[in-house]
Amino acid sequence: MARSLKKGPFIDFKLEKKVDAMNEAKKKSVIKTWSRRSMISPEFVGHTFAVHNGNKFIPVYVTENMVGHKLGEFAPTRTFKSHPVKKD
Amino acid sequence: MARISGIDLPKNKRGEIGLTYIYGIGRSTATLILNSNNIDVNKKVSEWSDDELSAIRKHITDFITVEGELRSEKQLNIKRLLDIGCYRGLRHRKGLPVRGQRTKTNSRTRKGKRKTVAGKKKVTK
Repeated sequence: MARSLKKGPFIDFKLEKKVDAMNEAKKKSVIKTWSRRSMISPEFVGHTFAVHNGNKFIPVYVTENMVGHKLGEFAPTRTFKSHPVKKD
Repeated sequence: MARISGIDLPKNKRGEIGLTYIYGIGRSTATLILNSNNIDVNKKVSEWSDDELSAIRKHITDFITVEGELRSEKQLNIKRLLDIGCYRGLRHRKGLPVRGQRTKTNSRTRKGKRKTVAGKKKVTK
């Protein structure tokens, strides 16, 4: 079910603060984050996030059409190589 | 002979049903169109007057996306998901269900016909 509009988008407070600080200082560096649940807000555009996938940090460069998605959507948590081929 | 947005409507069906032959119009949209133009839903397609027909045409072009336009819109939405490389895009790329359905069994609509893997032998006594 979609989130109530009344509440507005959910962004982890700490992450938001970090991005705001970077925007103010006009700096760009990779932000390491575990907050996969955070919505990508328009302020995030142009930054690179290292999003944790449970094992590693996946670098995610945020572009304009990613706004409205969650950070976690860009760091897959599962790896599926292929089915093993049986040898006789 | 009713022709709306490039589709020939069946002559001897009720208007409500006939309109659903257009891609992008289902039962509820069809009734909505007819009701807002004050046309009886039970009226056959062949019984529509020219005025009614043009009113329906105008309603569709003004308020509803249908056929090719709708198809390309859908394609663009999927393409956006593919381009940004999000989870839903990856699922589209792999041809698997996008909205978290199980894939251990079922989901044949997305996966297509069963591909049998050889090698499994029958149990012999």
